[in-house]
Parts: sequence; structure tokens; C-alpha cells
Amino acid sequence: MPDLSVNFAGIKSPNPFWLASAPPANSGEQVMRAFDAGWGGAVWKTLGQPIVNVSSRFGSLDYGDRRMIGFNNIELITDRPLEDNFREIEEVKRHYPDHAVIASLMVETKEEWKDIIARSIDAGADGLELNFGCPHGMCERGMGSAVGQEPKVCQEITSWAVEYSTVPVIVKLTPNVGDIIPPGRAAVRGGAHAVSLINTIKSIIGVDLDRGVIQPPVNTKSSNGGYCGQAVRPIALHMTNQLAQDRQVNIPISGIGGVETWRDALEFIYLGASTVQVCTAVMHHGYRIVEDMIDGTERFMRDKGFETIDEMVGKALPSYDQWGNLDLNHEIIAKIDADLCIGCQKCVAACHDGAHQCIHVGEDSRVPYIDEAECIGCNLCKYVCPVPDCITMVEVDNDKDSMTWNEYIAAKERGEDVEHPGKSTHQTHF
Amino acid sequence: MTKSNLPENRLENRFPEKEPLLTKREATVEANRCLYCVDAPCIDSCPTSIDIPEFIRRIATENREGSAKTILESNILGYSCAQVCPTEVLCESTCVFNEMDEEPIRIGELQRYATEPAIENDVQFFEAGEPTGKRVALIGAGPASLSCAHRLRRYGHETTIFEAKSYPGGLNTDGVAPYKLHAHQSLKEIDYVRQIGGIDIEYNTAVGKDVTLEELEEDFDAIFIGAGLGPDNWLDIPGTDLDGVWGAVDLIAKMKVEEGYELPDDVHTACVVGGGNTAIDVVRELRGLGVDDVMLVYRRDEASMSGYEHEWEGAKKEGARGVWFSQPVEIVGDDHARALRCRKMRPASDDPDDRSLELVDGSDFDIDCDLVVVAIGQSKLGDLFADVDGVELDWGKIVIDAETGRTGNTKYFAGGDCVSGGKEVVDAVEEGKVAARSIHALLTDDAEASADEESTETAPSPVT
Repeated sequence: MPDLSVNFAGIKSPNPFWLASAPPANSGEQVMRAFDAGWGGAVWKTLGQPIVNVSSRFGSLDYGDRRMIGFNNIELITDRPLEDNFREIEEVKRHYPDHAVIASLMVETKEEWKDIIARSIDAGADGLELNFGCPHGMCERGMGSAVGQEPKVCQEITSWAVEYSTVPVIVKLTPNVGDIIPPGRAAVRGGAHAVSLINTIKSIIGVDLDRGVIQPPVNTKSSNGGYCGQAVRPIALHMTNQLAQDRQVNIPISGIGGVETWRDALEFIYLGASTVQVCTAVMHHGYRIVEDMIDGTERFMRDKGFETIDEMVGKALPSYDQWGNLDLNHEIIAKIDADLCIGCQKCVAACHDGAHQCIHVGEDSRVPYIDEAECIGCNLCKYVCPVPDCITMVEVDNDKDSMTWNEYIAAKERGEDVEHPGKSTHQTHF
Repeated sequence: MTKSNLPENRLENRFPEKEPLLTKREATVEANRCLYCVDAPCIDSCPTSIDIPEFIRRIATENREGSAKTILESNILGYSCAQVCPTEVLCESTCVFNEMDEEPIRIGELQRYATEPAIENDVQFFEAGEPTGKRVALIGAGPASLSCAHRLRRYGHETTIFEAKSYPGGLNTDGVAPYKLHAHQSLKEIDYVRQIGGIDIEYNTAVGKDVTLEELEEDFDAIFIGAGLGPDNWLDIPGTDLDGVWGAVDLIAKMKVEEGYELPDDVHTACVVGGGNTAIDVVRELRGLGVDDVMLVYRRDEASMSGYEHEWEGAKKEGARGVWFSQPVEIVGDDHARALRCRKMRPASDDPDDRSLELVDGSDFDIDCDLVVVAIGQSKLGDLFADVDGVELDWGKIVIDAETGRTGNTKYFAGGDCVSGGKEVVDAVEEGKVAARSIHALLTDDAEASADEESTETAPSPVT
């Protein structure tokens, strides 16, 4: 039986699936129900000087008839009194001593940090998460992403927290930066025990064209919000990979951003995260999605022969390299299975209008064919094809040795007579 | 007769719609399922070549009005066609989803979803062309003539339709199964079509009786024959004059447009003679009205029926049953029919290609029933035009050149059931459209016009 339990920077949890600091972890009653459902930990809705929230707060990005493939919010940190939150943290820990309860914190002054950290630890929090990521509202007051975007400030406040804390300190980073490495390293320099990312992305989710008002509306106005949900996962995966690849960021990573299924979670783990945090998917479907996350992960681990989560952490990291180190002579082309093809010809339009003009239709059949000499193996046809396994990409043995861009340039600089790498087609006559 | 004076208490109103208007959510889900195929096969299998993927995409993007325009550009009766077309054997039969054994897109239902608000709210997309001063007479106010007239108005020609009945629409109004389309929906659509202006209809004006072809030739520059079909064909057997014996088209029309018509209370068992779609319609309608036992009596076997398989399967699910290889020989009764006497038939030879049948002597049997409906086709009206110079007939059907709708007389064009002998509304619409292009070419001496493809925005520009 695979062991899903984790020790994340000293914080123990029965599994790597945590609720992110957000509405699903707003109260003790919720967190206890979440633990009953199977969640291993919860990062409490950010504590700080209670604020007042607006109505409405959430916006949805729909795709066709699919709801909430992306989501944003203009909700701020907790609007409940700190005493209530701390009393409930204490109660949760009393009932669930083996689950992870992390206090997410956001205050301004050093004194405030000292005070709120002490109260969090008194309440029994297993760890702290410093919210340096919220990109709306709080950043206007110099907190949240305003901290995460300034490595020096990030480092300084982190060092305060580490100084005052007797439990592990996680720094939650904002993706609203050009490069995630500087704030990640700043957190490490400040002494953080772990980082978590990503917080939400600064966004406008949409515009009500009838009213001419940005969404979600607060009467006749709105504000930029924080974007999250399925659609942000690629950005989160990238930033997770960036930090995991960086030798200076040698602390555990908690992956956040568009995790909805066990597969999503494992992608973060394969890129170096050792826990994942979930919010939007729970807001969409409820706590019970964790049942399948656990079951799917266990099955996957059994299938692949993993016994612990740790064995999977960073599994895909070696597959990353700079573009300049990719083999330009590796050649694949598309194959269409004529028996499976239904003749919709979406691949034809995609290839002709959006790719390399190498899929054509014959006179007698609706089944298209590939001009293999022209196919550059881009994958587009495979993605637009609605029929599973109808278009596959197959490797071509072109008798060419591997040649990367960097190798090619280096060889040319050495004055070698080197053959231009890659495939020559009508668009790229070499 | 228009929507306003169609009687409210019509028997057909007792039939609920079999396919109610899709909700916005249903339409969105279904529209998003469409693959938006390239060179989509559904377009080719629509007789009017509606750009189906395009209109469905417009539903998905919440451009419902634009969707309606896409449909009506190709088929001005797209609203009723959405409901009466046998989509199972037309557009939906070639949907690529069939190729992977998935349900085809519900094209017909989406088409209704797109067009209904435009019809209801009278959103017009087309304008009449600049007046050409040319006048076209159209015979019969059914789908073929309405389609032809609307297209002619876009070219700028004046149109007058001569209709023998007191209301327009032909079988679309008084012949379509009521669970598919009600008469008032047909009339509402015709009101919409006529909003382009300049489509005059002379009701209660039978050509050959109330007005002569010579008069039409005198007064008009071209004549389109869209006369449809005549009365029900009749069985040549004893007893057809008894009460309780009806022609199918006659009976359906009573249900659909006659004020207060009711089936007699004592009808519990009915025999419908025939194997075509009208026979199946009547069977389903009688079952829908609560007739306990409805039998379709056909001289061949089930597999040989000319009616659509999906319709007959539906009828069976609704409780109808078939009596095969049975030829009516007499309707038995005193004043009122009480039985249909049939003689068994059998294939005349073992050769499967030989479809001839022979009667089996001494095999007569009676089917007790209170109602006999004869659904063995409608008579052809071609004889009305037998004397027109150059117009050829083929067993009562008017012969045309399919590419142009031209008859052998340069002034006469034709389309719809009077040509085909009885096809779908959508076929009639296309034939009206094709003829309009040829008429326009004739009236403008523009040989190119007949080859012109669809115009985009408003009327095809008339060349005078």
C-alpha cells in the first residue's frame, strides 16, 4: 500500500492534499468537514486586521458550456474577528492533531507580525504561510503581492517571521513578477523553510457587454482581481519548475494553481512540489473531490511502483532544458488512421490556416492525408482531432545525428562546415 | 386566412409538440458539441445547402440573430423546415458523429432555436430589390411558390400568388403532422416571409377556374407553377362511400384547420390503408387522439414501406400495429363502415428483384373497425397544364430541367410536389429558389444570373 503521508519542511500531514488559504478554509467548521472528507491539511483563510468585503466578489471564465475553467476574485483576507479564528484553529487541532493546520498571515508592521505569529502558534498552528501574493486590494495597502514583488521587502519580512516563529515558515509567492527566481531566492535568504506558489494572477475576468461593466460587478464598478482555476495551471507549473530547478531555492515547494484532480496534483509533484494546495476546484465541486485525488494517486503509485510521495517529487525535472539544448534533428510526423477518421477535416483547417499547410483532402474521400515531406510534427492536428487516437505522431528515422541550436551555433563559430539542422519544407528552404 | 382568424379550437391543438423549443442551456450545450467541420457533409445533405456549422457556431457565440440570418439566407422557410424536415435522413444522417457511433448534432432543433425569435419578433434580414417592373404569377401558395416569390422580391420583381384555398402554406399549413408543426406556426412564418413586401396572394382563386392560364400569360412576364398535389387518391372498391371512410389528406386538413372538428366519439378501431409517410402520420395522429387500436394496412411487407423507418418505429412505440401483405377489397357496413375486408397478397415469384405481387384466392378476411383512412397518395394536377404549349407531363407530374426549374415553355417554371410527385418541404423551397434565379435571368436577359450563387447581404442586384 503506497504511503501518502508527507513531512513538508517539518509539517506532518496524512497526505499531500491541502486546502489553500481561501474561502474553503475560512472557518473551523469548514476545515473539520474538509478533514473528514479526506484533506490532509488546510492553510487557513489569511489572518490579519479583519477587513470588510464587497458584494459581489467572484468572476468566472466559461468555455462554451463548461463553467469556471478560470476564476477570479476580489475578496480580501478574513473578515472574521481574529479571536474567533484562533479559537477555531485551537479546536480543529484538538480534534485533528494529525492533520496540518497552517496559519496564513498578512499584516503590516514588525510589531503586528510578532503579535500575530505568537497568537497563531499559541492556537496550535503547525506552520505559518506568509501571504506575499494577494494581487488585489491588500497590495494597495502595501501588503500581499506588494511584498512578493519586492525581493528585499520579501526577504526582510520573512526574516522577521522566522525570528518570531517556532514553527516552519512558508512564503507564498506571487506570480505577478517577470521572473519568479528573485522573490524565491529572497524567501530563502530570509530563512523561509518552504515556499508555496502560485498565488492568484492579477486579472480582469471579463466585461459585461450589456452594462459596460467589468466583472465581477460591485454595483456599477469593479476592480482587478486574482485569477486562478484550471486555466492558470500551466503558469503555476512553469513557476514551480523554475524554483525547483534553481539550486539556491533548496527548500520544499507547495504547488498551487489549477489543481482539480490527482493527475493535476501529480504534475506539480513531478515538477518538484511535495504538497499541493487546492481552492477553486473545491469552490466548484466541494470537499469530496479529495476522495478521488487520494484514490487516483494511490492507484498511480501502485501502477508505477512508488511507495512514497517523496519518491515522485521532481521526477520530471530532468526532462527540462533550455530551448537551445533541444535536438533540432529529432523528427516526428503526423499519421491519420483512416479507419478511425470521421471526416470532419478540422485538421485540414488547422493545418492550412494555423500551421504548415501539409494536410490535404483527396478527390474521393473525406479522409485527409498528410504530405509527410512537409509535415513538421507540430502536434496541432492531433489536438484538434475529436477522435481519440486517430491522429498520432510517429518518429521518423532521418539518419541525422542530434544537433541542438547551441551546438549548431558553436560549430559555426568554430568555422566547421555543418549541415543546417532540422527539416527543410516549403516554408523553410535551407 | 391569417394567424388572427385561424380558429382557436382546432383538433390539432390537442397535440403537444414532440420536440419543444430548446432551452438556452440545451442549445448552448448542443451547439458547443458541433465540431464546426470543414466542408461539412451536413451542408451537402441539406437540399437548400444551409451553412449548418456556421449557424450552429453563431448559437454557441450567442449570436442567435446572426444564426437565423445564416439559415434564412439559404432557406426562407427555415423555421418550419427545422420542424418538419426528416432530419434523420437529411442533415443529421451525414453528421460526422455518426461515423463514431455518437449521436449526431440535433441540427433541426438548433435550427428552430435560431429562427423562432426572428419569426416571432419579425426580425427581417432581407429587403426587396429595386423594382424591375416585371411581374411574376405563382400558382399555389405552398412552400415552393413562397420560396420562389421571396427570392423574386429580393431581385425586385413583382409577385402575385394564386391560391385555390382560403389560406396559404399548402401542406405546411394543413398537412404536416401537428406534433411537428401547428397550422398557426406555418401561417406565422408566412406572415414573416411576406414582410419583405410585394408578395400578393389571391385566395379562393383556382387557376383554370377562377382565372385562366391565358389571362396569367397576358398579365405576367413569367409563371411559376407550385400547385402541389390534388385530392387524395381513392380506392376503387365497394363501400368507399360509406360514412367513416376518409381520405388521409382530407382528414388531416380537417384536424389542422377546421373549427371545432372532432373525431366521432365511437371511433375505437381504425384502419389506415397505405405504406407511405402520410399513412404513418395518420396512424400516429389517430393514436395521439386516443383511438384504441390503429392498424396500418399495407399490401407489401414492413420492410417495403415507402415511409421513413424512424417514423414507423415511432408509430409502433406509440402502440400502432401493421397488417402486411393485405389488399383492401371492400369496405363493409350498412351506412357506416364497420370492417375493412382484405385479401392476402404474396410475392408473384421467388425472384427478390421482382416486386410484383399476386392476390391469394380465398384468403379474404375482415378487420373490424370504425374508421377507414385511405392514404395511398394524392392525385397529380398536371392535367391543368396539359394544354400549355411546350409544358411536358410525366404521369401527371410537370417535367422541368432540375438545374433551372424551366419547363419546355420559356415563360413557365415549376417546382415542388407538382414536379416531384411529393417530396419534402425543404425540396420545394430549393426548387422555388432555383426557379427564381432562372426567372430572374429570363426577365433581365442575364444569362449569368441563373448561375449566380447566393447573395450575401440583401437582394441580389437586379440588372435591368
